[in-house]
Parts: sequence; C-alpha cells; structure tokens
Amino acid sequence: MGFLIDRRNNPKQKSAVNRQRFLRRYREQIQRSVADNLKGRQITDNDRGEQISIPTKDIGEPQFHHGRGGQITHVVPGNEEYTRGDRIPRPQGGGGGGGGQQGSPDGEGMDDFVFQINQQEFLDALFDDMELPNLTKRQLSGLEEFQRRRGGFASDGAPANLSIVRSLRSATARRIALGAGRRRELRDLEAELAELAEMPQTPEHDARRAELLERIEVLREALSRIPFLDDVDIRYHRHYNEPVPHSKAVMFCVMDVSGSMDQATKDLAKRFYILLYLFLSRNYDRTELVFIRHHTVAKEVDEEEFFNSRETGGTVVSSALDLMKSIIEARYSPAEWNIYGAQASDGDNWPDDAQRCTALIRQILPLCQYYAYVEITESGDKPLWQTYSGLEGEWGEVFAMQHITGPGDIYPVFHELFRKQSA
Amino acid sequence: MAEHPKREPPKREPLSTESDWTFELLQDYEREIARIAGNFGLDTYPNQIEIISSEQMMDAYASAAMPINYHHWSFGKHFLGVQNNYKRGRMGLAYEIVFNSNPCIAYLMEENTLTMQALVIAHASYGHNSFFKNNYLFRTWTDAESIIDYMLFARNYIAECEQRHGIDAVEDVLDACHALMNHGVDRYKRPYPLSVEEERLKREEREVILQQQVNELWKTLPVAEAEAQQHEHRFPEEPQENILYFLEKNAPLLEPWQREIIRIVRKVSQYLYPQRQTKVMNEGWACFWHFHILHEMYREGLVTDGFMMEFLQYHTAVVYQPPFNSPYYSGINPYTLGYGMMQELRRISESPTDEDRAWFPDIAGTPWQETMDFAMRNFKDESFILQFLSPRLIRELKLFAVVDDQDKDYLEVSAIHDEAGYQKVRESLSANYDLGNIEPYIQVYNVNVRGDRALTLRHEMHRGRPLEQGSAEEVVRHLQQLWGFDVILESVSGGEVKSRIVHSELGIGA
Repeated sequence: MGFLIDRRNNPKQKSAVNRQRFLRRYREQIQRSVADNLKGRQITDNDRGEQISIPTKDIGEPQFHHGRGGQITHVVPGNEEYTRGDRIPRPQGGGGGGGGQQGSPDGEGMDDFVFQINQQEFLDALFDDMELPNLTKRQLSGLEEFQRRRGGFASDGAPANLSIVRSLRSATARRIALGAGRRRELRDLEAELAELAEMPQTPEHDARRAELLERIEVLREALSRIPFLDDVDIRYHRHYNEPVPHSKAVMFCVMDVSGSMDQATKDLAKRFYILLYLFLSRNYDRTELVFIRHHTVAKEVDEEEFFNSRETGGTVVSSALDLMKSIIEARYSPAEWNIYGAQASDGDNWPDDAQRCTALIRQILPLCQYYAYVEITESGDKPLWQTYSGLEGEWGEVFAMQHITGPGDIYPVFHELFRKQSA
Repeated sequence: MAEHPKREPPKREPLSTESDWTFELLQDYEREIARIAGNFGLDTYPNQIEIISSEQMMDAYASAAMPINYHHWSFGKHFLGVQNNYKRGRMGLAYEIVFNSNPCIAYLMEENTLTMQALVIAHASYGHNSFFKNNYLFRTWTDAESIIDYMLFARNYIAECEQRHGIDAVEDVLDACHALMNHGVDRYKRPYPLSVEEERLKREEREVILQQQVNELWKTLPVAEAEAQQHEHRFPEEPQENILYFLEKNAPLLEPWQREIIRIVRKVSQYLYPQRQTKVMNEGWACFWHFHILHEMYREGLVTDGFMMEFLQYHTAVVYQPPFNSPYYSGINPYTLGYGMMQELRRISESPTDEDRAWFPDIAGTPWQETMDFAMRNFKDESFILQFLSPRLIRELKLFAVVDDQDKDYLEVSAIHDEAGYQKVRESLSANYDLGNIEPYIQVYNVNVRGDRALTLRHEMHRGRPLEQGSAEEVVRHLQQLWGFDVILESVSGGEVKSRIVHSELGIGA
C-alpha cells in the first residue's frame, strides 16, 4: 500500500541555482553569443529573452572513453540477409548501418548547445562589463517616496505603538520624584516612633506618639494616592517618514532628420538609443527621455514622431544644441538630474555653423554626466566630426565619439563607449 | 500470453470508465495493484508516489533523478538542454522516474492518462521497487534507508564549503571528481548506514585522521637507496581501480574539505553503479510485471477493454525494437531485450520445448515464479544474458554479431541466429553489457614516492581499443589538479606500453 502525494504545487525552480551556476560559468560565451545575436535582432525585441548557442565542445564534461581503433563485436537486431562470414563494407560517418552507434560518440559533439535565457539574463549579459562613466547624483527629490523609520519616543500615538518599558520607566521616575519628600519625613517619624517605644511611658511621650501615629497615617495615605501609572507617563514609539533618495536621469536623444538621413540610418540611430535607454534604466531608478530632432531648426517631439516622420532640408546642428541647453535650464536642473546626451547624425552640418556648435557644446558638456556622439556614415570624416574632434582630449571624461557603419557596429561601439574603466 | 486456465476469478465492476485520473481513482488502482503484486509474491519497499508537473520532471532529470542533490553547473546545463528540447517538441519526458530509496519514491507526470498512471504504478512502484529491494547488487552496494539523509548531508556540506572557500574552488574539485566519477566505484567494501548526525561526527573525525595519514605517508627522509629497492616497494602495492578513493586517501596536497567532496562524489557514483549494471534486467523485470499485473486486473474485470487497448498500445511502443537498418535504430532497446528474456524465462519454466530442455535443463519445467525470483535476485545484465538468453529470443530478434576490426576496411559477420551462432551471439551480447568492457579499464599503478611524487595510471587496453585522446587529456588534467604533482597515464596492451599521456603542472606532454 503506497502513499500518494500531490507535489504539483511545490516550488518548481529546483534547478534555478544550477542554472545560475551554468550561466555564471559560461558568462563569456554567453556574452559573445548575445553580442552576435544583437546584429540580427529587431529594434522592438529588446524586451524579450534570447536564444544562446555555445559550441558543445566548450561545455563538455570529459570522461574516459574508448576511441576509434581496436576490435569491437557489435550485436545487432533485425538480420535479414547476412550469414556467418559475410563481409560488409565499413559504413562511413559513424551512423547508419552495421552498428556504429555504440562504437563512437564522435557523431555527436559538433552541434551547438542551444538554450534560452530570459530578458533579465539577456540584459545582464549585454551590459555586464559596462558602467556609467561618471558618478551619479543622488537627490532627495521631494515628496515622492518615503520610508517609515523608527525615531525616538513620543507622548502621543496609536495604542499599538505603546512602549511599555519607556512608560513604566517614566512612571517609576514620577513616583520617586513625587513621593521623595514625604517618604523622607515618614522615615524620620518612624525612627522617632521606634525611639519612643524604648523610652518609659510618660503622658508627654504618649501624646507625642499619638501625634506621630497620626502624622504617619496621613503621610502613608498621601503616598498611596500617588498613581502607579499616570497619563503623563505613557510613551509611544515614534515613527517618521524619511524621504528615500532617488537617482534620476534624463537622456537627450538628438538626431539629425535632414534629407540626407535615410530610414536605414535612422534605424541604426534608433538601435543605439534603445541600447542606451536600457542601460540607463538599469542604472537609475527613473529615466526620462527627451527627443530633439533637427534639420535647420530643432524641435522637441515624442518618440513616435522622432523616429518616423520625414523632413527635408539642410542641417544646422547648433539649433538642436541650443534647444537642449534651454530645456536643461528650464526643466532639468543639473544639480538634481543626471544628464546624458546621445547625438546621432550622418555628420553633415552647415560650414558656418561650426563655430557656434563648438561654443554651445562647451557650455553643455559641464552640465552632462556623459555625452556621446555617434556618426553613422560610410565615408570618412564629415564636418561635424571635425567640429567635435577637438573635444575628446579636453573633455575626455564626459565626451566620446564613435563611427558606426552598419548594424554590426552598434554593440561594439556602445560597448566601447561605456567600457568599464579600470581605476 | 498470460494464461491461467485453472483460476478464473469472478468478474467485478471496472474501477473506472473515463480516462482522466483523480486522486481517489489512483488510490483505488494503487490498492488493487498492490493486492495483485502481493499475490504474485513481489516483495517491495513501501511506496511513496508523487504527482509532479512537467517542469518538476525536468528538475528531476537535471539532478540525476536524485530527490536531493548538491548544486553544480552541469546539472544546470542538463536542465537547459532538456528544457530546450522539450519546449521545441524534440523529445518527450519520461512518464515516470523512480528512485531507489526506502520508501521507494516514484514521480508520476500529471499529464499521464489514467491508464498510463496505472501502468507506471505497476511498472515503477512494484516492478522496479521489488528489483531494488532484492537484486544482489542493490542489496550489497546501496543503502536505501540512508541515501536521502546522505544526500541531505552532501548538499549542506557542499553549500557550506562554497561559503567558506568560494564557489569556484568547490566547482574545480567537483569538476575533477565528475570527470573521474565512473572510476570512483568500490567493488568490495560495503557502505554503512548512517544518520545525518553520525555522518557529521564521522566526517570531523575523518578529516583529522586523514590529514594525519597523509602527513605520515610523505614523511619520508631522503635516504639514498639503491634504485632496485624502489622497484620492490611499489605504492600502492596492488594496482587500485577506485581512482577517486585512492585520491581521497592519498593525494598529498588536498585540504580536508576537498577530500570530503571527493568522498561525496564517490558515494553517489557507488550508489548509481548497480543501476548502470542492471539496466536490461531492471527494465525487463518492471515491464514483465506491469504487463502481468494489468492483465490480471483485466481478468478480474477491474479495467475495461478500452483501458486494455490503450495500455497495449503504450506497452508495445515501449518494447518495440527497430531493426538495425531502420532510421529509428539506436542500439538494442533494453526494454525489448529485458522484457523478452523475462517472458522467455516464464515460458521455459511453464511450457518448455525440447530445445529449451537442452539449453536450460535446470529451469525447464520448474515453478515459474521461483525461477524468475532466483534470476532477479542473483544476476546483473552481463551474467543474466550469458545465462538466460534463449535461442528462441535470438531468432525472434534476429540478432547477429559483427566484428569491427579497425585494421580491416570491412566488418565481418561472426555469428547469426543459427545453431552454430547462438552461443557466440549470447557471449558477444553479454560482453557488451560488461561495464569492464564498455568503460576503459584504468587503475592506479604506481606513485613515485621517493622521487617527484608522479602518479602513474595504467589503462589495460581491451582488444586493442585505445582511449579517446581529447577527453582523456582533459580527464588527466583534472586528475593532475587533484593529485597536485605530475600524472602519467599509460595505455598497456600485452604488458607493453602503447601510448602515454603526461600531465605536469606545466601542461600536457606525450
């Protein structure tokens, strides 16, 4: 007779630790696979997991096996044609006929080991060895989130918060303080009474004893009226709301949408922005986005319009920088916000604008945690690249720029921009 | 097949007519199966039957079917592999997993139909269970009473080591031990049942003593002695086949906790060893009994015709043997072979032919239950096949033996299912189930105690078969890590060293 047990509601993730161990051990291979896969990923895919494949030979668990060679006798079922002494040409490639199955395990081992990781693990692998280059500002952002903390005692509060120890302690103190004088008198009188008891009985002594007894009675009565616990003794645990510091980041996406930027180029830019956004949201509690697109004039738009609408015309980069600067001044105080700028462009700019650009970017950089410029271009240095190229030396901590030519470059470039700096 | 002309019990009402199971129904079926199994004389541990979901089944797969196991990345890898294949529909999961412990734990998948649940209860909880309890290998080498306690100890101990010495350090030792797991089996000493607490005390005691012993071993003053004398005193005096045991006791540089981990892996390996040696018998025995128990239920009227049709469909799928030239062929199906041999044993006992009387004079015409009980208790795959594979089954499966000599560019058929071939086929098949042939035979041969402490292992080549070079080098690398000094692996054939892998701290040489 057996017991039946329903285990279906037991925790399912019994292998979770082992799985984590596996991911930990093969972190490098997984990262490589993630980086490879990123090329083929759709822009909108970033909220799902990823299929990882690792060459099987890399994750093998070695054991002693027999190799090829020597003599083996196989016993095989399903004989239809052979008799003793028949010779069969050796089947090629291990599989198929006459029983290669037991002989060599080398038929396997060429395939990749394939498995799924979830979004969190994907992002972990993606951003594993990257960091935000500058210190983050943590700011008390006002009345957003509080944490209840214990802080001392109060004389009023909810009954649930009553502090018994504190209440009784102050009750004791009060009782000692209020009764001290009377108790001292009582002790003296009792001593005198005891003395009287020793002495011979005289009318004076009797009168004095009666007086003493009366006074003692009064004092005892008074002492007994001191309350054990009074309203003023009661103490409560005090709690207060402590504001929780939050780190906030704002990310400015600046993109050139002039006629020279075609849809493919914009897609590349978008991928870069998405990576940056994912990365920032992992590091900050709150991340806001500001989209600025520009041709000859700049405009703040929403995400939809930013990526999708088409414009034509020339390019004046300074208009976007100007707008960014005024938005920072109006809405994002650098004391409170971590400001990140990401600019994507094909590198075109009006030649006359270079001067103004340089001046503006020099005003913006001190406000920013980091400003990255990616130039999406097939050919060599464009005007904007030249405009910015002086900045890297001077503002190396805050400013970086990179070339992107195709989708495959995005992750390496991103990786380069946010590489962990060894201190 | 199962005929009982004499005894025809009165028909009863079927236990159920639908195909979905409920706990009440499973209870009813289990009770009836237990009764019938008892009538057949099956002796089992108490049963603990657990219903689990597919995800839990994958968890069970991943931890080597142990209800409790320590953490290791290789289990995670296994889990991910199974999960991926299952989700893509490339593989199905087992209907059940049974674990050799007392009480005997069987996991049943919730997706199974009622028929399947009845089948696997009969198969696992009565078939496998009675095999675990009575087969001599299991009786000698495993202790069903204490295994769960031991695994609990092992998991806690390894977790403790990870906290104290870091995950990487523990992982290095476990990786090395897993590589040598198949060579960590002790064939003679019997493990001893211990509770968790006793195990802990013993461990602490052992740590101290082990370290003392090791210090003693290496406390040799460098006395100049004749070369010849070195050869006389070999260490170990006899070659040792349990490599992990040898390392646990003798590796000079290991910390006590590392020795304990080696011991844990060795114990687990030892525990699983009988299962690897009795695959055919164990499955054959379980299939034989689910077949007869469910037929008995049908005879009594407890199950319907529909139930039996469904059951027979599962049963035939399980015991189907594709021929060698079929695309589905992947070696001999242990279920087919085992089930076929068990059925043959019963047939030979009950209604032997002249051929059977000639081949099996001892068992022809004896009471079948006694014969089968004897066979189940006292054999392992290798000896079971050598003893009981009948000519009729060889004909049925059309078995033939092919010699594959790597020096020749053809294969030669050495025996087929005819009078001249039966014995040869039987011997060859038996040899294929001898773990000593399947796995390379490697022993600890010598330690250069007075010199550089190099450890020499010898691989006795079986019929000239070499080691697979790549994986052997990897394993030797792990071995070197545990031993701490140079390790030499020699492949020997006819007393002559054919090849050699040397691993020093500096790397692989040849």
